[in-house]
Amino acid sequence: MNRPPLPDSPAPASPQATIRAIGRAAPQGRAGHPLYLKEMDYSIVQQCMHCGLCLPTCPTYDATKLERNSPRGRIALMRRIADGEMEVTEAFAREMYFCLGCLACETACPAGVQYSRLFEYARADIEHSGVLHTPRRDFIRTASLKVLFTNPNLLRGLGRLLWAYQATGMQSLVRRLGLTRLLPRKLREMEPLTPEVKPRFSDSLIAPVETPPAPPRYRVGLLTGCVQDLIYPDVNRDTADVLLANGCEVVTPRAQFCCGSLHAHNGELETAREMARRTLDAFDLDGLDAVITNAAGCGSHLKTYGHLLHDDPQYAERAARWDAKLKDIHEWLAAIGIAPPRPGIAPMRVTYHEACHLCHGQKITRQPREILRAIPGLELVELPESTWCCGSAGVYNITQPEMSQELLRRKLDQVAQTAAPIVATANPGCLVQIVAGLRERGCAVEARHPIALLAQAYREARA
Amino acid sequence: MEPLITDMIALLGRENVLFEPEHLAVYGFDGTAALSGTTGCVVFPRTTEEVVAIVRYAARHGQPIVTRGSGTGLSGGSIPLSGHLVLCLVKMNRVLELDEKNLTLLVEPGVTTITVSELADKVGLLYPPDPGSMKISTIGGNVAENSGGLRGLKYGITRDYVMGMEVVLPDGECVFLGNKCVKDVAGYSMKDLFIGSEGTLGIITRVLLKLVPRPQSRKTLLASFSRMDAAAETVSAIIAEKIIPCTLEFLDKITIRCVEEFAHIGLPLDAEAILLMETDGHPAVVAEEAARMEEVARKCGAVSVQIAQTAEESVQLATARRAAFSALARVAPTTILEDATVPRSELARMVNFIQGVGERYRLRIGTFGHMGDGNLHPTFLTDERNTEEMERVEKAMHEIFDYAISLGGTITGEHGVGLAKKRFLPAALGEGSLGLMKSLKRALDPQNLLNPGKMFDLDPT
Repeated sequence: MNRPPLPDSPAPASPQATIRAIGRAAPQGRAGHPLYLKEMDYSIVQQCMHCGLCLPTCPTYDATKLERNSPRGRIALMRRIADGEMEVTEAFAREMYFCLGCLACETACPAGVQYSRLFEYARADIEHSGVLHTPRRDFIRTASLKVLFTNPNLLRGLGRLLWAYQATGMQSLVRRLGLTRLLPRKLREMEPLTPEVKPRFSDSLIAPVETPPAPPRYRVGLLTGCVQDLIYPDVNRDTADVLLANGCEVVTPRAQFCCGSLHAHNGELETAREMARRTLDAFDLDGLDAVITNAAGCGSHLKTYGHLLHDDPQYAERAARWDAKLKDIHEWLAAIGIAPPRPGIAPMRVTYHEACHLCHGQKITRQPREILRAIPGLELVELPESTWCCGSAGVYNITQPEMSQELLRRKLDQVAQTAAPIVATANPGCLVQIVAGLRERGCAVEARHPIALLAQAYREARA
Repeated sequence: MEPLITDMIALLGRENVLFEPEHLAVYGFDGTAALSGTTGCVVFPRTTEEVVAIVRYAARHGQPIVTRGSGTGLSGGSIPLSGHLVLCLVKMNRVLELDEKNLTLLVEPGVTTITVSELADKVGLLYPPDPGSMKISTIGGNVAENSGGLRGLKYGITRDYVMGMEVVLPDGECVFLGNKCVKDVAGYSMKDLFIGSEGTLGIITRVLLKLVPRPQSRKTLLASFSRMDAAAETVSAIIAEKIIPCTLEFLDKITIRCVEEFAHIGLPLDAEAILLMETDGHPAVVAEEAARMEEVARKCGAVSVQIAQTAEESVQLATARRAAFSALARVAPTTILEDATVPRSELARMVNFIQGVGERYRLRIGTFGHMGDGNLHPTFLTDERNTEEMERVEKAMHEIFDYAISLGGTITGEHGVGLAKKRFLPAALGEGSLGLMKSLKRALDPQNLLNPGKMFDLDPT
């Protein structure tokens, strides 16, 4: 049977076509001078011998097949800028904000190119040169990066407001009445991503010092994070519980600052340095065996304080010691050896999505699996493409919704394929992204932090 | 906008043409060190018809074309010389037919080697050629460069797995050469002319590949040596014992260190050299060959011989070996990889000679390679910004090639000539052979439009 020809109406662009257009975009005109790429250690960029082994692991290259959208292409552009053959152009800026910063390329790179460092310099140069400057963008960046995320009380105050909005039923009423239609398009599209804020934050859940019943084997500091503190303070509580159960005394400084990863990854290196100093000031390093983080994105940045502050005479030495003591919770538990929980928790099937900044940023892949497998009755089902980015990538899901949604779709398809009712992942960004995606699909799969599952297993262990 | 760009947009649509500086800059190089060029336009055809249209246009306007896949080549074959149009085939990446009755696979040129390998594996078959860049290299590029890999010793190279291909000739004519027949002597074996032609004779738009049954079992051995030439002797001895393993790979000390730093698989860091040996086939034969190889290695002075306990471990070792070249970049800003190949009986002499050259010219050379094929990859660890050292590299390279040729070897075993080996080609081939190549090139591409300036220069007529 012959079908009638389709009517000649302009079809809406497919998400894939939109993504390809973003990857290709090369507006010509605005350009500015580099600072960071010019001054950096040139050997980092020279390390890339353009073999191309990073290409198949790069989600943006995978989507567009354009060389510029690959790590090798991006590094080549950075090298041109460092060589003074190219200015920091708007097209370069767009390219670097199309990059997820997932660091899959670092894992793939046999030559050991430190892409994460180049990525930070490039974004810092983009902000320094002002090629993306618009009043609106500047306002949003200042309000969020420089005001909200440098001021823990303000952030928590906003968190309280959001909690009240959600807890009083206002949010669901607004959603039901379709009032979100009144929001500007960008905000409207972001609205479903709004995570659920918890009524009590970490400081009211965790005492400044908590001591295990038996004499402690270690004394550790606990980082409660900023976003993590508002949305997943329960994971912080669980982390403290798990540490206590394994003989660690837990010291949790009050009203902690953002660690600065958000700033470093978004071109605000100076603010990132300031946040690093404040975080260092909050901990008495000498009295601690380790400082523990449970957020992959923070951990990967927190371990680079030594480099970040290497030319700060007052902080350089302390920052270097900090790096050595900073441990991701899974890494720490695997190193000290965990007490396996006794049986008691109901049997469950769990699949594990690897947060980019845990597996690529910190090369921690084995330990979270070991922890999950240590839970009696927990069956770990391997997730295909477990190290492929879920599209959260810091604020990428807000700045690049198309690519982010495409990666989320791919991730959720893989999760569905495992048929596991629980997906575990160790980063608040991934959790928010995956939870929002599951909600939108009406999918009953639960997203949990591995440490939350371990804490639950300790709680529900038969006495 | 230049007419070339507007014309290409008219032919292919805006989406498939790149001309902005931020795009062009990243198509000026491939996997070859210290070589780059500039292009004015990059195009992405989607179909053979589009390739034909581009080539016809180029023929009408005298526009040179350089064909490119993923840009992982190691002789500069896909680097555009000033103003050449880059024709990139990565978007022609459809798998067209898997014929399990005839054990063939028909694909477009932009399909990656790993995709071919995985497709074959899924149905219990094997596509043996496995170049180091197989995770991203395209099959079109593999055919055009006649790529080798780790399994060349037993299974041969890309040429041995190409049964046919569709080629767009320099005048825009499109022909299919070869077929699914195991035997075919109807006329010249034209497909063979295009395998390894480095994009100078035609543009390959479809490839018909041969697959073979997947071996039932495999065993991987890792032997370490305290002397480089002991490893080389082991290889010669294994071949002389009439054992043809599928892999006999060699890594020297520097390479071992770099690879281990990347892959963390427990390579012996104190060894002067290691051999990675793999045998595959019927389990009984595999067991026997593995035992005999171990014995030979020990006789030749191996300090230790380990056997991979699991399939996963074997794969890890092979994957780590494939990363050797890139891993060497850890120790120096510029890594210049060579590809000298000698008859296997001459291996020990060649290895010693390379060591000597390194000492005489005060250069660091990391050597690894497909020792079972006589195919070595001495890699100069240098800095392209150090002109004085680069001169020494150039001289050392000359000596290595001259020596390889004097031993009955060749200047390139698997990377091709491209730009990097162009100046060495006359010495390697001699007048007659090179003259024949030029005659062929002139006959097929009288305007010299397909990848001109690669392999050799044509004298102006």
